[in-house]
Amino acid sequence: MRLSEPRLLIDINHVAVLGGIEERGGALRIGALARHSEVGASPLVARLAPLVHQAIPHIAHPAIRNRGTFGGSLAHADPAAELPACAVALDAVLLLASRRGERKVAARDFFRGIYATALAPDEIVTAIEIPPAPAGGRSVFLELARRRGDYAIAGLAAAARPGDLRLVFFGVGDRPIEAKAATAALQREPAAGRVAAAQAALARDLDPPGDLQADGATKLHLARVLLGRAAAALAA
Amino acid sequence: MSETVEIRLTVNGEAVTRRVAARQNLVDFLREDLGLTGTRAGCEHGVCGACTLRVDGAIVRGCLLFAAQLDGARVETIEGLSDSGEIAVLQAAFHERNALQCGFCTAGMLITAAELLARGGVPSRAEIRDFLSGNYCRCTGYHAIVDAVEAAARTRAGNGPP
Repeated sequence: MRLSEPRLLIDINHVAVLGGIEERGGALRIGALARHSEVGASPLVARLAPLVHQAIPHIAHPAIRNRGTFGGSLAHADPAAELPACAVALDAVLLLASRRGERKVAARDFFRGIYATALAPDEIVTAIEIPPAPAGGRSVFLELARRRGDYAIAGLAAAARPGDLRLVFFGVGDRPIEAKAATAALQREPAAGRVAAAQAALARDLDPPGDLQADGATKLHLARVLLGRAAAALAA
Repeated sequence: MSETVEIRLTVNGEAVTRRVAARQNLVDFLREDLGLTGTRAGCEHGVCGACTLRVDGAIVRGCLLFAAQLDGARVETIEGLSDSGEIAVLQAAFHERNALQCGFCTAGMLITAAELLARGGVPSRAEIRDFLSGNYCRCTGYHAIVDAVEAAARTRAGNGPP
């Protein structure tokens, strides 16, 4: 499809230090080269980042998950991909490196548009740090796709911590979008009617462009459906 | 892109050394350079599953890897898995249940199903469909394929049809 035509391609698959999944300094550290299948099977990920554990089975198919990597998905920044939304919802931090040195970028500042990120041309993602899920935390991952494994028409990564709620939608914009108006409506007292209010408020957060799968109005409708399901799951 | 890269790898247990064009994908390398035409090139962008094969013990898309990436790798194709007898039970079940018509998807289906069965036990029909969801078949409507995989799982687990 010639979306990019690099003059040089470097295979980083054999750089062992870019792999691995570990708990370091209280945070979950996932190496950029950790495969989706490895992340999905990791008890550490299931315990410290249950949202990611829930998201992995939605990524394509087994043969793709055996090869696709955590860092690769983030660096690619497909707006319909699962892991960028999880990274934003979980306040993850990306570790970037170049010959000039290393730096950290918060996930919410990393995604800049369709396939566009904060990466400089000479930088790579080396790892991702995710703050551990707190006691009493809840997470819900939902997406709607026409067929199993397809890219989402609309998706939602939701993470609730005591006193804090994050609703991050994907497939409905040029990057993962935090639905702040809907989140505020969902936390308002009294509880009665707040799901409907949050669904109405979602129009202030999202203005989905249409794509090959659905027009913008359909995507907004589906995002509202997912919001309702997530609210019910978080309240259960 | 006229650069070439020398690779040494194992294909179906045999050591292979070749010089390949940097841009040649694994499927084309197997089919054109090694004459292993059991692996099919379908959509050539990772969607259809016809090129599914094993690299270092795990199923992958042959169209999404460059041959140049496989220095030191262990590649297994449908030819190797057939000769070793590893998937004989699956092949018999596909034959018995007529789980193929044109056969274009079959190598990928068998190799994918083999990875599911290697996990042990008898998967549910929903699990079989989920696991095979990345392998397209345009002939059978999938039903006979799911039947065959389920039957093979039961045979391997030592019990027949319910």
